[in-house]
Amino acid sequence: MSARDLFTFSNPHFTRGVGITAAILIVTAIVGFIVLPFAQPWVQFANVWDAICSAAGVPQRAANVTAPEQVKRLSEVVLTSNTLSRPSQEAIGRGATLAQRCAICHGPTGISRADSPNLAGQYAAVIYKELHDFRSGARTNAVMSPFAVNLTDQEIADLSLYYAYLPRLPAYHPTPQLPKPNIVIYGAPMRGIAPCGSCHGSLDNKTGSPWLEGQSEAYMKAQLQAFASGERRNDISQQMRNIARALTPQEIEQAAAYYASQPPDVVKAVD
Amino acid sequence: MLVNRRLILAHFWLAFAVFGIALTLGAWQMFIRSPIGTWLSNPELYYRSLTAHGTVMGYVFPTLVAMGFGYAISESALEQRLVGVRWAWTGFWLIVIGSVMAVIPVALGRASVLYTFYPPLIGNVFYYLGVVLVVVGSWIWVALMAVNLRVWRKAHPGAPVPLAMFANVAGSYLWAWTAVGAALELLLQITPVAAGLKATIDAGLARVFFSWTLHAIVYFWLMPTYIAYYTIVPRAIGGRVYSDSMARISFILFLVVAMPIGMHHTFADPMVGAGFKFIHSAFTALVALPTLLTVFTICASVEIAARLRGGRGMFGWIRALPWDNPMMLALAFSFVMLGFGGAGGLINMSYQLDASIHNTQWITGHFHLIFGGAIVIMYFAIAYDLWPHLTGRELIDLRLIRTQLWLWFLGMIVTTFPWHWVGILGMPRRMAYFDFGDPAIAPQALSVTFSAIGGFILLTSGILFLVILARGMRAPQADAGPYRFALAVHQPATVPIALNTHALWVALMIALTLTNYGYPILTLAMTEGTSVPAVYVGAQ
Ligand code: HEM
Ligand SMILES: [Cu+2]
Repeated sequence: MSARDLFTFSNPHFTRGVGITAAILIVTAIVGFIVLPFAQPWVQFANVWDAICSAAGVPQRAANVTAPEQVKRLSEVVLTSNTLSRPSQEAIGRGATLAQRCAICHGPTGISRADSPNLAGQYAAVIYKELHDFRSGARTNAVMSPFAVNLTDQEIADLSLYYAYLPRLPAYHPTPQLPKPNIVIYGAPMRGIAPCGSCHGSLDNKTGSPWLEGQSEAYMKAQLQAFASGERRNDISQQMRNIARALTPQEIEQAAAYYASQPPDVVKAVD
Repeated sequence: MLVNRRLILAHFWLAFAVFGIALTLGAWQMFIRSPIGTWLSNPELYYRSLTAHGTVMGYVFPTLVAMGFGYAISESALEQRLVGVRWAWTGFWLIVIGSVMAVIPVALGRASVLYTFYPPLIGNVFYYLGVVLVVVGSWIWVALMAVNLRVWRKAHPGAPVPLAMFANVAGSYLWAWTAVGAALELLLQITPVAAGLKATIDAGLARVFFSWTLHAIVYFWLMPTYIAYYTIVPRAIGGRVYSDSMARISFILFLVVAMPIGMHHTFADPMVGAGFKFIHSAFTALVALPTLLTVFTICASVEIAARLRGGRGMFGWIRALPWDNPMMLALAFSFVMLGFGGAGGLINMSYQLDASIHNTQWITGHFHLIFGGAIVIMYFAIAYDLWPHLTGRELIDLRLIRTQLWLWFLGMIVTTFPWHWVGILGMPRRMAYFDFGDPAIAPQALSVTFSAIGGFILLTSGILFLVILARGMRAPQADAGPYRFALAVHQPATVPIALNTHALWVALMIALTLTNYGYPILTLAMTEGTSVPAVYVGAQ
C-alpha cells in the first residue's frame, strides 16, 4: 500500500474522486462566470471574457468621468498612532509660546470667558484635527480661520500637545450639575442616534471626538445647529451631521445644557 | 487502553472550566440586553464580555474537547500508548498560556474586537498572540495524531484503520489547514498593525482570510460530535454501525468540501467577485451531503439496536429504544436540533435569502442552535461516556444526567427559537442595547425575554453538568473495563487504500482551496490602495 497505488488512474477511487470534483468545479465555474453574468439583463458585457472578468471581481478603473468639483472642502486630516505620540517638553514649550495669541478668546489658562471652547486638557487629536480643518478651509469661522491659515504642521502639533498638557479646570459658567438626559446615555436607537456619551465621554470616548464637559452651552448649541443645517461639514463621513439632523430642538437643548453643567474632572482619564 | 488519563482529563477539565465561565458571560449578555435587564450604561463592557465569550466558545473550548477526545481515541482505538506525551503536554500548556495572554487585554478593555477580529478595529497585540498560541498548541495535537497513526500503520501493515481514528485524523487535518487562513490574517496583517509597525490594514483581504477559517472551523467543532454518532452511540445503546464505508465516505467528504466554501460568509461584501461567491455557494450545498449520509446511517444503526431489543413494525421499533440511556437521549436531542439548525442553514447559504437575515439575530440564533445545541450536547455525552474510564469511578446518578440533558435541550429551544424570530423581524446582532420602550421594537420584547429565560435554563444545565463531572471524581471506584468503540454490521477485514488513508482527500482539499481562494486573495493582495487606517480599541 503506497502513494503509488493511490495516486494512479488505475485506482478507481482516485479517478472518480478527482473526476467528480473537477467536474463539479468546472460546471459551477461555467455557471458562475458565464451563465449567470449573462442572465442579468440589466448588465451589458462586450464579450465572454468581459463577463468572466466581471464575475471574478477583476479590479477595474472607474469609467473616465471626472469627479464633480467639490464646492466645499472636506476634512483631510490623517491621524496615525505616531502623529502625536510621545510629547516632548520642547514641543509643549513651543506650543505655550504660540498659544499666547489664542489666549484672547480661549483664555490664558485655556478656559474661555467668551463662549469659545475651553481647550485646557482637551485631547490632542481633537485640537490637531480642528486646526488642520480651519487651515484647509474644511471648517470656517470668521475669527478663527485667519489665525489658522498660517500655522505650519509643526506648530499645529505643538499647540495640540500644549493644550492637551494643561490641567482641566472648572469653567466660568458654573450651573448646578444636571442629571443625564436620555439622549446622552441612551441615544435614540429608533432614529439611528447613538448616545452622545458613547463617543464624547460619559460612556466611552472615540478618537477625534472632544470631551464636552463644562463647555459653553451657547457654543455647543450653535455647533449642533450648524451640523444640522450643513453649515459645518468637517465631520468625517458625516458622523455628527447625521446625528444632529435627527435630533429634536429639545434634545439639542438638553444635551448642551447637560454637558455645560458638568465639571471637566469627570472626563475619563485617557492613558 | 487509556494510559495517559491525566493528559486527557486535563484537557477536558480545562475545556469545561472555561466553558462554564463563558456560559455565565453568555447568560449575562442575554439578560442585560433584554427588557428584563436595565441598560448597563457602558456598552464597552458588553463588548468585552462578548469578545471573551466568543473567543472561549469558538476557539478554546471546542479545540480542547477535540484534543482530549483525540488523545483518548488514539490510545483506545489503536490500542497503543500515545507517542509523544511530552509534546502533548507542551501543546496543552501553550493553550493555557495563550488563553491567559488573550484574556487579560480583553478583561482590561484593550481588545474588545470580538472573536472575528473585525479589522480595521485593532486591539492589544497580546490578544492576538494569545490566540495564535492556542492555535499553535492545537497544531501539535494535529502532528501527534498523524504520528500515532503512522506508528500504528507500521505495526499493522495493510490493516484497516479503526473508524474512530480515521475520522479523528481527518478532523485534525481539516483543522490544520483551515486554521491557516486566520493564522495568515493574524500574522501578516493584524499583529504588525497591533504592534505599531504599520498604521493601515487591508480589511477586505482580512475578511477573505478569515472566511477561509470560518466555515471549516465549524466542521472541526462538529467532528467530535460526528465521531460520537458513529462510534459511541451504537455501542452505548447495543447496536452496530450500519455501514463502515458510508462513515468513512462522510468524513472524507467533510475533508474535501468543508474548506472551499467559506465565502458564503462574504456574500454581502464588495471585494469578492460574484462568480466566486456562486462557486462557494454551490459547494456549500454539497456539504449537506455528508450530513444527510450521517443522519441516514445513524438512524439505520439505531434501528438495528431497536430491532435487536425486540422492536417491531414500521415505526414501532422507536419505542423499543433504550430511552433511559443518556446516550440515546443526547443523540435524539442532537438530531432534533441539527434538523432545525440545518433547515436554517439552507437559508444562510442561499445568496438571495441570506440578504434578509445577514447580520441579524437570526445568525446568532442559528449557530447557537447548531453549535451550542446539536454539537455541544454531544460533547456532554462524550464526557459522560468517557468519564468512568478516565477516573476509574462510576457515574451513578443517571437521572441527574438525563435532567441535565433535558434542560440543555429545552433551554436551547427556548433560547434560540425566539432568537431566530427577532432576527427575521430585523433585530441586528452584536448590539449592546435595545430600547424596547420604542413602539417600533416593543413587539420584540416578549421574544427577547423568552430567549433570556432560556439562557438561564442553559446556565442551570451547564452548572449541573460541571457538578455531575465533579461528583464523578469522588464516586466509589469501579473498573469500567477497556474503552471500546462501536463495531460495524460488517466489520471490514480490508479497506480500499483510498478509504484507509487521507492523502488523496487532503490533496483535493488543498487543490480546491487554491482554485476557490487563490485568485481573490492574490488580486486583493496585489491591488494598491485597498488599505484603510486602523482603528485602535480604547486609543485616544
Ligand atoms: C447560556 C447559554 C448561552 C447564552 C445565553 C449565550 C449568549 C450569547 C449572546 C447574547 C451572544 C451575543 C449575540 C449578539 O450580541 O450578537 C453570544 C455570542 C456568541 N456565543 Fe453564546 N451563549 C450561550 C452559549 C453558547 C455556547 C454553548 C456556545 C458555543 C459553544 C456559544 C458561542 C457563542 C459565539 C461563538 C458567539 C459569537 C460572539 C460574537 O458574535 O462575537 N454560546 N452568545
Ligand atoms: Cu460557514
